[in-house]
Formats: sequence, structure tokens, C-alpha cells
Amino acid sequence: MTRGLPAGRSGVAGTGPAAGTAGAATTVGVAGTAGELGTAEMVGTPLATVDTDPVPAQPSASPRGAVVELADAELTYGARVLWTHLDLSIRRGEFVAVLGANGSGKTSLLRVLLGQQPLRHGSARIAGAPVRRGSGLVGYVPQRVAIDAAAAVRVRDLVRLGVDGHRWGPPFTVGAARRRLRDTVDRLLADVGAAHLADVPVAQLSGGELQRVRVAQALATDPLLLLCDEPLAALDPAHQQEVAALIDRRRRDRDTAVLFVTHEVNAVIDYVDQVLYLAEGRWALGPPSEVMTSERLSELYQAPVDVIQAHGRLVVVAASDMAAGLHQSWDDHLPHPPDAHDHGRHDPLATQGWRR
Amino acid sequence: MAPVNDLWSRVFDFQNYGALLALVHNSLLAGALLGLVGGLIGVFVVLRDLSFAVHGISELSFAGAALALLLGANVVVGSVVGSLLAALIFGVLGVRARERSSAIGVVMPFGLGLGVLFLSLYTGRAANKFGYLLGQIVAVDDPQLRWLSVISAVVLVALAVLWRPLLFASVDPEIAAARGVPVRALSPLFMVVLGLAVAMSVQIVGALLVLALLVTPAAAAMRVTASALWVPVLSVVFAVTAVVGGILLGVGGSLPISPYVTTISFLIYLGCRLVGAARDRRGWVRRPARAGAAEPAAAPATTPSA
Repeated sequence: MTRGLPAGRSGVAGTGPAAGTAGAATTVGVAGTAGELGTAEMVGTPLATVDTDPVPAQPSASPRGAVVELADAELTYGARVLWTHLDLSIRRGEFVAVLGANGSGKTSLLRVLLGQQPLRHGSARIAGAPVRRGSGLVGYVPQRVAIDAAAAVRVRDLVRLGVDGHRWGPPFTVGAARRRLRDTVDRLLADVGAAHLADVPVAQLSGGELQRVRVAQALATDPLLLLCDEPLAALDPAHQQEVAALIDRRRRDRDTAVLFVTHEVNAVIDYVDQVLYLAEGRWALGPPSEVMTSERLSELYQAPVDVIQAHGRLVVVAASDMAAGLHQSWDDHLPHPPDAHDHGRHDPLATQGWRR
Repeated sequence: MAPVNDLWSRVFDFQNYGALLALVHNSLLAGALLGLVGGLIGVFVVLRDLSFAVHGISELSFAGAALALLLGANVVVGSVVGSLLAALIFGVLGVRARERSSAIGVVMPFGLGLGVLFLSLYTGRAANKFGYLLGQIVAVDDPQLRWLSVISAVVLVALAVLWRPLLFASVDPEIAAARGVPVRALSPLFMVVLGLAVAMSVQIVGALLVLALLVTPAAAAMRVTASALWVPVLSVVFAVTAVVGGILLGVGGSLPISPYVTTISFLIYLGCRLVGAARDRRGWVRRPARAGAAEPAAAPATTPSA
């Protein structure tokens, strides 16, 4: 359908890490926020010293210091082009929001970076190495809130699965290894302000508490990159703020890069360094002040779109049905199939109906 | 009162108990093994919502055992073959829960029908006939015990190796896949292990009552604890109590042991539900009213940001 042509200033990404994001506060010192954490002694302690896999090359090994590098990337489902010629570079500590209509390929982008979805064209690298499945360099916070059979698992056990759940062999640990594992889980929970939830069955958590625990689990391997797939979608505004602030604090304290897929940009707008806006097979990339404008989005959708600022909030309004998909909605995400590997399938298919 | 007393003595009869115990020595060993295996694998049966699959597998296992009986082959082998066949069919036909349920619903009566056919054709000793459906007290002989031990060992080793990824994939498949757990491959693999465990259980409690060992103990354990350590431990304790207790109670009477096993299992479940309900009322864990508020993470909404 759409021939993808990058509508954005694609020079922003790929050519140089510093270009176009001068306003970002990503690499600035974090003294102020570290105090807030209340767990300062833990900062800098490598979490992966438990019996997890050795953490591979640190980002400093990467040539340009980029955590994520997509070069001329293209993803298609059959004849449908989700995005093409996508160049994206995310540095340490950078917060990138991914916006766009349902089915514009936001979740698929995460799947590419998780190594679950091969690119049609181009390359995707994390910390200088090609993406691979199960990398400890990447943490993942899903949108889906409910956990199957949640009653039988405590928060502590769920977080522990993030530490060593991928490893074969019996789950028993003894002596020092057991204490280390326990300390690691306690620290991960304390870092997200959920220490008091450690022994609560997951089924008894509220949505906000569960997302907090999800963040702790995603950080279990001390990742360089945190992928968030609409982690705020099922939360009320107050909890959206909490979880967004939590993720923001983490990237400031530990220089973790964040790729944050969302429909609700306002919850994170204060933290965002770059916006990647996907639409109709095209994309735009840049600081929010440049991308979230009527001109840029109209150009992107090739239809009149207004970005209205009201009470400090951004509202995107489509003047025609052409861009109807950008209405803020996450309902296509809710009826998830229980099997994780189906995750990506719905998103190109679901939207075809959506657009009509 | 006489008929009642008569009934009572048929249900519970402890005359010559010592001599009888010596006779069922093998059955007790097999029962304890079965409790261990059933209690552990039950945790995943409940977590993965496979109760119906267990039932389906056990019917085909019964058909396999009946065919072996008819052909004069090794009954344990027949039952294992039937189980594995069912596990593979369900594993392949239904990756998604809904598809799986209908696949089981289609295959199960067919398997049961085959089993009935084979049993009807069988002209041997009548006492054996419905043992594989309803459970039997027939002493487990030495070769049979060896078979059961080997199967148990295979299941236990497989569970030990798979435990963490399987737990991860059962509880949180999406995240598990993101962390590199082969979620899709684990599903048929687990079905095979489950098939072996079901084949074992069919030998002792019978195809229709397998759920009492592979589901009830784990479900009971999950009513009273959510700890990743205590759920399997309690589940095993409950399952062993049910089987061994059932054999000990049933050995004196002339009835099959399965009603004893299933009743103990059910009573344990009831007890756990009561305890769980009490815990629910009190709250499982003491949670300070606004525990989060005192911590920085709960109140960053007002933090000025860059």
C-alpha cells in the first residue's frame, strides 16, 4: 500500500549520536535523583553477579557508544510495509518514545530488538552486536497486566524468574548462592519501591503494583536497554505517572536506554528525549518539540492533523478518517492470546479492520 | 444396625493387617513414588491449566493398557504408549488452550471406547478388567515396580532439568520468550513428561481418577501458599499422603483403593480451601496501609523533571 519514504529528518539518527538531541538531559549527572532513591548504596553494584549468564560486552565496547542501532531497517508483513529505511540510534540513558496508530509497527519494533522478529532489510544491533534472543542486555516490560495462574506465585518468585528463570537445572540454591539470589531479588524490588510486596502473591497486586514488579523483573539482568510495550496502558493517570517516573529515574541513575512504546505520550512527555512516530509505513524522529507539531504529523500522515497543546498536554486530532488510527486507544492490545509467540500477529492484522 | 456394620467392615477391615501389609509392600512403594511424581508434575498441570488434558491422556493410557492386556503384552508399556500418543496428539493439535480443549474432547471418548472394546474382548481374569479404569488393589509385582521406578526416574530428572524455564514459561510466557526461554518447544516436551506420569498413575488409581493425584494435591497446595518452594513441597506431601494413606486404609477391605485415595485427596483440598479462605480474610501478608507512600518511588509524580 504505502511506499515508505522517511518523512522525518532521518539525519538525526545514525549519523552521529549527539545530533538533534542537544536538549536531552540524558547524560547529565544524576546526583539529585540518586538521593531520592533511598537505596543509594546499591547503585553501581552489578546485579548480574548472581548465577546468571556472564553479561556480554558493555556498551563502551560499541563503536559509537550507541545502545541501539537500526540502519536502513525495513519490516513488512506480506505486502504490508510497517516501516522502511528506518535509522534509529539510541544512546545510553536516552528515553525514546515510540508513537503511532495501532498496527504501525511499534510492538514489532520491540520484537525486532528482542530478536523475535527478523528484519526484512537492514540491520539491528544492540551494544554493537546483532540482536539475539534472550540477551541479558535487554529488559522487557510488557503491556499485558494479567498473569496466568497468578495465585500460585509470589512477587519474589516472579522477580527471581527474571534473574535465573531461563536457566536449565533444578531451582534449588543453598548457602551463599541462596543468600546472593535473595539479596538480588530484594535489591531489585527495593529499587522500584516494592520491597514491601516481596511476599505478596502476584494475584493480589493492583495494576500499578504489578507494573512496578514487572519493571523490577525486567531490570534483573541489569540491562543496557529497557523495552517497554505500553506499560501504562492499563493504569490510571496517577499510577501512570508513578511508573513512568520510576522508569525515568532508572535510566538517569544507571544510564539505561529506554524505548517506550505508548499511546499516551503525555504521561512521559517530560522525560522523552526523542520521539519516533510511526505512521502509514513512514516515520519521523526527533525531539518532541520538533516531531509533535501539526506540520510534521500532517506530513507523516499525508492528511491534515492538528497537534493541540492544552493545559500542558498534547492532543493529536485528525481532521479526516485517513488518520483515524491515531486516536488514542489501546483496546487492540487487551484481548491477548495466552501464548506469547502470537503477540506480534495481531498487530498488522488487527488494524486492517481498524482502518475501515 | 447390622447392615451398617456389615458395610463398615467392608470399607474398613483391619484383620490380619500385618500379613496384608507385607503383601502390598510393592504397592506402597509404587504409591509413594507416584505421590512424589504426581505432586511435582501437578504444580505445572495446574499452572498450565492442563487438567482436561490429563484426563484425556489417561483415557488413552487406559486404552493402551487394555490393548496390552488383550494381546498379552506388558500392560505398563501399553499404558505408556497410549499416554505418549495422546500427549503428542494434544501437544501437536492444540497449542492454544481453546483448540486443545476441543482436540481432547474429540480424542478422549474415542480412546475410552477403544479401551472398553479391548476389555470386552479380553477373556482373562475378570478382576483385572476394570482395574485400569477405576484403580486396583492387585499387588504390584516386581517387574511392574521396576517399570514404575524407571518411569519415575525419567520424569523426575526431566522435571529437575526443565523446572525453572518451565515455571517461567507457565507463569509468564511473554517475558519468558523475551528472556530466551524456548516457550514453544517446552509445551510438547512437557506433554511427553506428563504422559509418562499419567501412565504411572493409571496403574495405581485408574484412568478415571488420575486427576485426584495429578491435580488435586497441587491445587490444594496453591490454596494455602504461593511460595515457589512450598507449593511443590506441600503438593508432594498431600499426594503421598493420599496414595499411601489410601492403600493403607483400603488394603484390608475388598474394595479398590481408589475411593480411599480420592477421598483423602479431596478432604485435604477442602481443608486447604478453608485455611486459604481464612488467610484471604486476614490478608496473606501484612501490608502497611500506604506502604508505598513512604518510599520515594511512590511519589515522583510531583518531581520536577528535566
